[in-house]
Amino acid sequence: MAAIGSFALLLALGLSVYSFLAGIFALIRQHDESSPRIGETARRAGVMIFAAVLLASLVLVVSAFQDNFTIAYIFHHSNRALSLPYKFAVLWSGQEGSLLFWSLLLAAYGFVLRLRYKTDPRLFAYASVVIAGVQIFFLLLVNFAANPFGLLGGPLRADGSGLNPLLQYPEMVIHPPMLYLGYVGFTVPFAFALGALIMRYPGEKWIHITRRWTMVTWGFLTCGIFLGAHWAYSVLGWGGYWGWDPVENASLMPWLVGTAFLHSVMMQEKRGMLKVWNMWLVFATFWLSILGTFLTRSGIISSVHAFAQSSIGDWFAWFLAISLAVFVYFFFKNKEHLRSEHKLESLVSRESSFLFNNLLFMLACFIVLWGTWFPKISELVQGNKVTVGPPFYNRVNIPVALLLLVLTAVGPLLAWRKTSLESLKRNFFGPTMGAIAVAIFLMATPPSWGSPFGLRPWQDMTYFYSLMAISLCALVTFTVASEFYRGGKVISNKTGQGMFASMVQLTHRNTRRYGGYIVHFGVVVVIIGIAGAAFNQDKEQEMGYGDKATIGPYTLVCRSYTQDDKANYASEWAIMEVYKNGHMIDTLTPERRFYKASQQTTTLPAVRSTLADDLYLVYEGQNPDTQKPILKFHLNPLVMWIWMGVWIILAGTILALIPNAQAAVRVPAPRLVEHAAPVATGD
Amino acid sequence: MHKIVNMNKLNPTLRRTLQCVILCSAVFAFLGAGDPASRFSDIGHQLMCICGCHQVLLECNHVGCPDSDSMRNELMASITRGDSDSLIQQAFVQKYGPTVLAAPTTTGFNRTAWIVPFVALALGLVSVSAVVRAWKNRPAPAIADGIKPPRGVELEQFREQARKDTEL
Repeated sequence: MAAIGSFALLLALGLSVYSFLAGIFALIRQHDESSPRIGETARRAGVMIFAAVLLASLVLVVSAFQDNFTIAYIFHHSNRALSLPYKFAVLWSGQEGSLLFWSLLLAAYGFVLRLRYKTDPRLFAYASVVIAGVQIFFLLLVNFAANPFGLLGGPLRADGSGLNPLLQYPEMVIHPPMLYLGYVGFTVPFAFALGALIMRYPGEKWIHITRRWTMVTWGFLTCGIFLGAHWAYSVLGWGGYWGWDPVENASLMPWLVGTAFLHSVMMQEKRGMLKVWNMWLVFATFWLSILGTFLTRSGIISSVHAFAQSSIGDWFAWFLAISLAVFVYFFFKNKEHLRSEHKLESLVSRESSFLFNNLLFMLACFIVLWGTWFPKISELVQGNKVTVGPPFYNRVNIPVALLLLVLTAVGPLLAWRKTSLESLKRNFFGPTMGAIAVAIFLMATPPSWGSPFGLRPWQDMTYFYSLMAISLCALVTFTVASEFYRGGKVISNKTGQGMFASMVQLTHRNTRRYGGYIVHFGVVVVIIGIAGAAFNQDKEQEMGYGDKATIGPYTLVCRSYTQDDKANYASEWAIMEVYKNGHMIDTLTPERRFYKASQQTTTLPAVRSTLADDLYLVYEGQNPDTQKPILKFHLNPLVMWIWMGVWIILAGTILALIPNAQAAVRVPAPRLVEHAAPVATGD
Repeated sequence: MHKIVNMNKLNPTLRRTLQCVILCSAVFAFLGAGDPASRFSDIGHQLMCICGCHQVLLECNHVGCPDSDSMRNELMASITRGDSDSLIQQAFVQKYGPTVLAAPTTTGFNRTAWIVPFVALALGLVSVSAVVRAWKNRPAPAIADGIKPPRGVELEQFREQARKDTEL
């Protein structure tokens, strides 16, 4: 089996090299007679890369299913008692497998791109060459630096070392593929951007193509990041979902730059502006995806999630340097082509808001990058490492996030080119009053109503931030709602339909705009959930039979302890009854597992989620002195809003990808004119 | 020679605003002297567990951690003794090294960690402002002969008409 896998990887590498070189030859010698045929063979070789990498991946998965411990990777990341879904997840559970998985996803994206080449054969041919170049790098890695089919020396082992227990959770079967689809997917917009730059692509069509790919990729990355957060919350047992770990930061950076691009690309589409900036944003998004991988694989930055330190970091460093050099070379060679002649008519315009929006996204990305690298910089400058943890990021990034919320509220109310102050006042007055009313309501209500009520911003800075965040979220919600209402009202008045039907029709007519608003609303819901962290409570207590503990409105009674022994792990857990207002409302079973193959112990929290709060219980083990079990209780308000918000964001993203429905409007046929005067281009 | 600003000479609105700012600053300045439990939580969230788990001290929950329990006990003992926040942090740094602090200090080279983001913001704002000014001063794009683009009052009339037509 290992031989088949290794051969498939070598074949894939050969095909990639051919697709790359033949593609370049066909593009350079495009006037030769043989060029179209060579270009076609390059495309077909590119298509076949997918088949070869898929074969290699299947071999690895089948080897995991067959418990083939002659393959070192399978021995180190699987064991006989591992359940089938996790055996499938072995593919991306270790360094070698995850690089193979990366190659597979890149080959899949390349496969789709090469099949859709008729959209614009020449641009797609350039993009295909760029993707083949990136593919060569990853296939070189899995063939020569991190081969997943390496054989285990010595006698045949009866069982494997097992999968990392923290990865034995259902979300781990979905989270890495989503995250990798996001990371890898940014190669496609980069390939189109570099292709368009090299060929001096006329017009903005490439940006339309790139935008759709970027949105799909952005959706995957968003999904991957939040699945990771949910996994951390549900498995790691520290009661939080985001720890500003370098690996988490590595996923956030391309997301922030990709989000900036999705906004600024509208300036290029509508006004022909920011061509240079967008080109750099696309490149930066791709480059930061690779940089994140470099951080996690090189061991240069300490992280909870980092893979073992290995020489693979050098490969990534070289690839980063080469890709930067190639991009910079073509940028300076063809930058005249990106010159934009458009004029900014007013400071109060959608264009200005996008400029500041991009500034804030880039600043947030820079802060994350700076914080991630600062320990290394400190070590180089002053000889000792420092920690840059949550207090730094929270203090510096929260004001930036609040400013972004302000722009999210104001931006949609600004028109392209120029907005009169009167119309801004007219459209902004209602939402602002609504947001102020929400802030006053939150401060005036008694704290006994629940966590976000009775907010006293003068008592603590976190309460101040929380109040600001929730009030600005209200502002964004009101502006989004007013946009839907005003648009719906126009259609309702013209067609006589009901308001809801009109708003649905409005959304169908401009899915991108209103899908975007839904994404904004989803972000608002997520931020409300994050703002709830200001009211987190926790306590730790020894709990014997019948002992009680109280946290927030909940009383917990320890009913019993029990144990179980399964093939893969032994477990013990507490049976906790949850009471609220004197009534039993639930039973929770926080668990602690001992995985036999890896000889590791983990905790598995029990979580009771409601819209108001999450009751989060961790079974920490026994006190060696009293032999009584110790439980940790967290009361985390509004966490469910985060996960709901993600669903709304994804719904908005999918909606924005759907083509617009045409408005059923009768337009009188234009009269034919003999000499039509040329008209200025614009939106 | 120092010039002392006479508050009475200021514009009444500005004076009132300044008074509000000073009052708010004073309120925030006197905040923070909390009870032992809130101090434990505050300082505990500014320290890292040193076992290698890369987690904040009060959030380290990894099974069988050899360090977090003793560190928490030390922290509680220091608070009970009445040590100030900075003294507690210094003691932890002396014992466990500078990586025990969850964020860089505001002294020496570490200060750059805090300053650079604001410098980046300032540079970004200057750059965006320069771009906006340059674009605003650009000449209008050339338009083909025979077409007169609407300007000034005429343009506003067209815009108002569009608003009326779309009711937006």
